Amino acid sequence: MANAAISLLESLGIAAIRICAEAGGVLLLLIASLRWMFIPPFRIKEIIQQMEFVGVKSLLIVLLTGCFTGMVMTLQIYYGFKMFSAESLVGSTVALALLRELAPVLTALMVTARAGSAIAAYLGTMRVTEQIDALCVMAVNPVKYLVVPRIIACVFMMPLLTVFANFMGIIASYFVAVKILGINEGIFIANIVKYCGLSDLYNGLLKATCFGFLIAVISCYKGFYTSGGAEGVGRATTEAVVASALAVLVCDYIITAMML
Amino acid sequence: MGIIRFEKVTKSFKDQLVLNELDLDIAEGKTTVIVGRSGGGKSVLLKHAIGLIKPDSGEIFIDGKPTTKLGEFAHNELRKIFGMLFQEAALFDSMTVFENVAFPLREHTRKSAAEIATIVKERLNAVGLVRVDKKMPSELSGGMRKRVGLARALVLNPRIVLFDEPTTGLDPIMTKAINSLIIDTQRHFNLTCVVISHDVESIFEIGDDIALLYDGKIVEHSDTFSMRNSTNPLVKQFFSGSQEGPIQII
Ligand SMILES: Nc1ncnc2c1ncn2[C@@H]1O[C@H](COP(=O)(O)OP(=O)(O)O)[C@@H](O)[C@H]1O
Ligand SMILES: [Mg+2]
Repeated sequence: MANAAISLLESLGIAAIRICAEAGGVLLLLIASLRWMFIPPFRIKEIIQQMEFVGVKSLLIVLLTGCFTGMVMTLQIYYGFKMFSAESLVGSTVALALLRELAPVLTALMVTARAGSAIAAYLGTMRVTEQIDALCVMAVNPVKYLVVPRIIACVFMMPLLTVFANFMGIIASYFVAVKILGINEGIFIANIVKYCGLSDLYNGLLKATCFGFLIAVISCYKGFYTSGGAEGVGRATTEAVVASALAVLVCDYIITAMML
Repeated sequence: MGIIRFEKVTKSFKDQLVLNELDLDIAEGKTTVIVGRSGGGKSVLLKHAIGLIKPDSGEIFIDGKPTTKLGEFAHNELRKIFGMLFQEAALFDSMTVFENVAFPLREHTRKSAAEIATIVKERLNAVGLVRVDKKMPSELSGGMRKRVGLARALVLNPRIVLFDEPTTGLDPIMTKAINSLIIDTQRHFNLTCVVISHDVESIFEIGDDIALLYDGKIVEHSDTFSMRNSTNPLVKQFFSGSQEGPIQII
């Protein structure tokens, strides 16, 4: 009994130490990236490439995500609000939920799945095939060349993608509410205008920016310090996705609690 | 004192001791071949010379200056006098062959695109590669990748070049060609070359000096002639490939 308790404590302790070590590692990589971010030459070409990869190439799935989220939320809220005849508020409720919460979080999860995993796999492969060492040998700093452009791209592209998800979600909600459920068009729009402010949009975009930052730093860290061949790359990719997604959800709560 | 000097360098990974108070002095303007068992730490030794791995203890001098405590920027500057060919070539697999060889030129020179194109073409021809410049590394054989890696390592005319098994996996004809490329480049630019090799014939062909790494230390280091006639049982066994002797198979 005592033994079981001790070994439980021990494994908890080991896990805690590991998490601290990882967080420290992420922080060190972050500090190095921030330093290199402001030292010329600026890698414009790599930054644009990454922006295309993270932003443009994620656009379609983000639009789809926004669309179906808007649609299903409209159905669900309508079902609930009909019970006390508040159908007129369906549009504004869905829009608020999208702007403040759903669009940034779901976009972040999609970007994690698409870009975060790709970043970890790419950097991990470069690590285990010694391409990162080759960069060092050619006197090119790998943090500057590989990590910085990815962080910049994610930080700038996440809010942009979120705007698209918002837009698409609200349009989809309009179609379901007005064209399918028969809510009055004027009331639908008027209530959105009345209850949703720019501050709700900004709040969501602030979240999106933070999420983009987290996804990039965590995925880069996991990829950059991969070891153990092809298996290691697989492990790094999985860990990057899981850790980024969790970080997004935790960070979401913290920001929401602070902003309310 | 040589251009690269290891002093009591110790390195272990977890509980595995790879380099054990290793001393080595590499002469400038010569080709030194490092030989030893597979997994004996030759690649690790080479990576210490260029600062990719930091030793647990000991010091590495380049041009007489200690390097293990150098910061990122200073080390970057120092690395500009080095070229390195990795064991698995380490080509950038998101770039074409051309872009791989052009990479150091684009990073560290102000040459125009046309000049770079000429140089890259010339360097690829020198390693026996034609019409591959638009291919991706994944479309090449191991030997071709290695030759692209060689072209990339030499393209900035470095003073010191580290070769990690440049001819392993190449056919005999290509092996000879790469060996003479190494010899010619070395003579022409009076380079310092450090070569890891297993191929006994190549070792004696390209080497001025030979160093035998065994059990984490350099156990013998002298010119090819004395190496060939060495009475050290480790050296004799290594070059004869005999199963009998102090080196255990397992
Ligand atoms: N980054 C590393 N992490 C852990 N072990 C390593 C690392 N690099 C090399 N080793 C170990 O050090 C030993 C020597 O490796 P290496 O220098 O590659 O041998 P070789 O002489 O064949 O080039 C091997 O047992 C290898 O497993
Ligand atoms: Mg090796």
